[in-house]
Amino acid sequence: MINNTNLSPQLQDIADSLAETAKDAGLDCFTTIFEMVDYKQLNEVAAYAGFPTRYPHWRWGMEYERLSKTYTYGLSVIYEMVINNDPCYAYLLRSNSLVFQKTVIAHVYGHCDFFKNNYWFSKTNRKMLDKMANHATIVRKLIDEVGHDEVENFIDICLSLENLIDVHSPFQATHTKLSQEEKERLGNKPVSKISSKSYMDTYVNPDEYLEAQREKIKADAQKQAKFPEHPRLDVLKFLMEFAPISTWQRKILNIIRDEAYYFAPQGQTKVINEGWATYWHSKMMTKLAPLEVSEIVDYCDHYAGVVASHGGQLNPYRLGVELLRHVEDRWNKGRFGIDYLHCEDPRDRENWDTQAGLGLEKIFEVRRIHNDLTFIDEFLDEDFCHKTKMFIYDFDPRTGKYVIASRDFNQIKQQLLQQLTNFGNPRIRVEDGNFRNRGELLMKHLHENTDLKHEFTLETLKNLYSIWKRPVHLKTVVENVKRRICFDGHNHSIEKI
Amino acid sequence: MKMESDLNRFRKIVRGKIKQELKKYIASGDLIGRQGKKAITIPLPRIDIPKFSFGSSEKSGVGQGDGQVGDEVGQGSPQPGQGEAGEGEGQHSLEVDVTLEDLAQMLSEELELPNIENKGQKNVEEEEVRYSGILKQGPDSLHHFKRTYKEALKRSISSGEYDPDDPVVIPIKDDKRYRSFTVIQKPVANALIIYMMDVSGSMGDEQKEIVRLTSFWLDTWLSNQYKGLERRYIIHDATAREVDHDTFYRTKESGGTLISSAYKLAVKLIEEQFSPNEWNIYLFHFSDGDNWSGNDTAECMKLMEKNLLPVSNLFCYGQVESRYGSGQFLRDLTKQFGEAHDQVTVAQIKDRDAIMAALKTFLGKGK
Repeated sequence: MINNTNLSPQLQDIADSLAETAKDAGLDCFTTIFEMVDYKQLNEVAAYAGFPTRYPHWRWGMEYERLSKTYTYGLSVIYEMVINNDPCYAYLLRSNSLVFQKTVIAHVYGHCDFFKNNYWFSKTNRKMLDKMANHATIVRKLIDEVGHDEVENFIDICLSLENLIDVHSPFQATHTKLSQEEKERLGNKPVSKISSKSYMDTYVNPDEYLEAQREKIKADAQKQAKFPEHPRLDVLKFLMEFAPISTWQRKILNIIRDEAYYFAPQGQTKVINEGWATYWHSKMMTKLAPLEVSEIVDYCDHYAGVVASHGGQLNPYRLGVELLRHVEDRWNKGRFGIDYLHCEDPRDRENWDTQAGLGLEKIFEVRRIHNDLTFIDEFLDEDFCHKTKMFIYDFDPRTGKYVIASRDFNQIKQQLLQQLTNFGNPRIRVEDGNFRNRGELLMKHLHENTDLKHEFTLETLKNLYSIWKRPVHLKTVVENVKRRICFDGHNHSIEKI
Repeated sequence: MKMESDLNRFRKIVRGKIKQELKKYIASGDLIGRQGKKAITIPLPRIDIPKFSFGSSEKSGVGQGDGQVGDEVGQGSPQPGQGEAGEGEGQHSLEVDVTLEDLAQMLSEELELPNIENKGQKNVEEEEVRYSGILKQGPDSLHHFKRTYKEALKRSISSGEYDPDDPVVIPIKDDKRYRSFTVIQKPVANALIIYMMDVSGSMGDEQKEIVRLTSFWLDTWLSNQYKGLERRYIIHDATAREVDHDTFYRTKESGGTLISSAYKLAVKLIEEQFSPNEWNIYLFHFSDGDNWSGNDTAECMKLMEKNLLPVSNLFCYGQVESRYGSGQFLRDLTKQFGEAHDQVTVAQIKDRDAIMAALKTFLGKGK
């Protein structure tokens, strides 16, 4: 395959040899194609979230402008961009020095291996680049058919609901098929007749029989009053199936949902994915394919930047790589199993080393089965928490400043897990599609300590209404009081429940 | 570039947002005194796609670093998983760069202002010669030695004649390059605006501010319509004098009021410097309508009728309300020229919010 990648032969050689190194180290990547771009192109690609072929929408323009500005003012530089696709595409910034390029290439191989082998990515489409292009074609065609503003407005509405998906649904058996009852309710299906020739019909299916059938269906429908049968987290799918929207709108909703599912694993594995890539680039640059002596200072400088935590903020690169190393260290020294866990003597724990040497194997297992939530839940222990000086900060209204509120391990872990649950999005599900028997939509926010952002909730309900076209309700908790927020097409109302 | 169209979509949305907030920008004095082409940065509320998401009121999170419980940590509300470039922007407002010209353009769109009609034959253009091109033919006097040498060098290298040890390059006819000129048409300034402002004691600070704001936006919009226009500023109390741009916008004076003094000065200015046959002349006068005497008002009317109106496109009078002012002058003007005079436009500017309306009244005629 010939690609115009603008990659110099020297870099191509480096990429090839690092690919060998990665392979020897046990990484298993898709073919990776590096493309050399200048900062403008990189900003452009980054604004499109890695896919230059996406459908037209103003928010890419906004993102591009923001990136260009932060780049111009020197506030942030994107070093690399890699997309989960087979073959894997990665973009290198032309102005980076050779040391950076090497580091970035190694880093990319880490990501690529993770994309290919991590369970949570296993259901993503590996030909997403093509699919995105198809999506763009569909959207462009729709724009020609129904008008730009029309389509863009509807995309805005869909995007406002894009986080209402069920990240676990790709891994479950397809139970979402319509139940018979639901189909009947929907289609308003005529009563089933016993098949007959038309001239025999009145004899085979007499009126009394049909009446009885009708009664039966009605009774069934009442029995099956619940709609949907079970609460649904995949709100987008529910809307696609049941909302009274036109065909083109359904197409767009489908596109948004598709892309949301594609990107979801990246939201779920930020810490571990970045940690994995950082772990490997650092290992490759310092051990497996060591840099020249003259390069090492630049490399360290760069590495320090990557894992720095600014102003006490948690850096996912750092958390990820440190936790992975922690796991490796524990399994190398045999610090696992019942004996270790029950060991109370701090000195014994400190000096615990059974020469197990299972570290590498363990972290490969970790990269295969974990996402951020399970990774941190399973491996973030008290030792690690203290070693890496984690804390909880809180806003102090008296001073108007953020202060360290606690260094308690349990609290920290609790907080961290909570932030990672459902990749940082509130869990909201459809409870009732025929609320009050008036075709209204009832949703429930599964409240876990954190309230929703109020203004946004109101706006989003409006958008939801424009799809459902009947009043929409959201059960949630506002300042410790259970509330139902409703939008009826004109006004918002908030009821205590 | 594909991004171009998305960027344009975004900019269109931003433009819409600015238009919505236009009144606010116009009523705020911050922009006063800025000059045409420079970009100014105005804050806009972030354009967000609303989602069900966690509130920012919940301000705690997990961090990393040294310090005791109770110590201050870095600003911002960081969240794990948001450190990567391209994400993690907080609640910042969107900062948009627009030029004053753009803003004026938006203003005119918002007010549905007509473009100004030119008065007569005034599209005078001047020709200017610029040596900007290169040709293969030309007179020896325009011979471009460097370019010629470059061509010759290129030719000799590519044909293999060039010998680094004996670098003799001989240009042949094909190598020769000559400068060429193009004629550029430059429009000549052909609009004159005279701003007259009453700075007498009866005008309070707020009144002056309103006047300044109004004339500032007039100025901005008109400069947008006429590239390179002439502006003159006159301030008056009992006497009038011409001042420069800065003084006009910043000066504070007090005293009695003789409006005619300003008009006389304007007449003198036009007579001496600007021939009405070549200039579109706009006159703007702002006052609280409190003239010293009826005689002086009569004098003003006479001046207007005889000297000012025949030579100008438009005469606009904006009257601000002040505690001391009687507002008589506006009534006198209306009496003299009627409500719908072709050239005379009057507007009352009660407060800052009325500036937009006044601009519309002044410029709505498209003169």
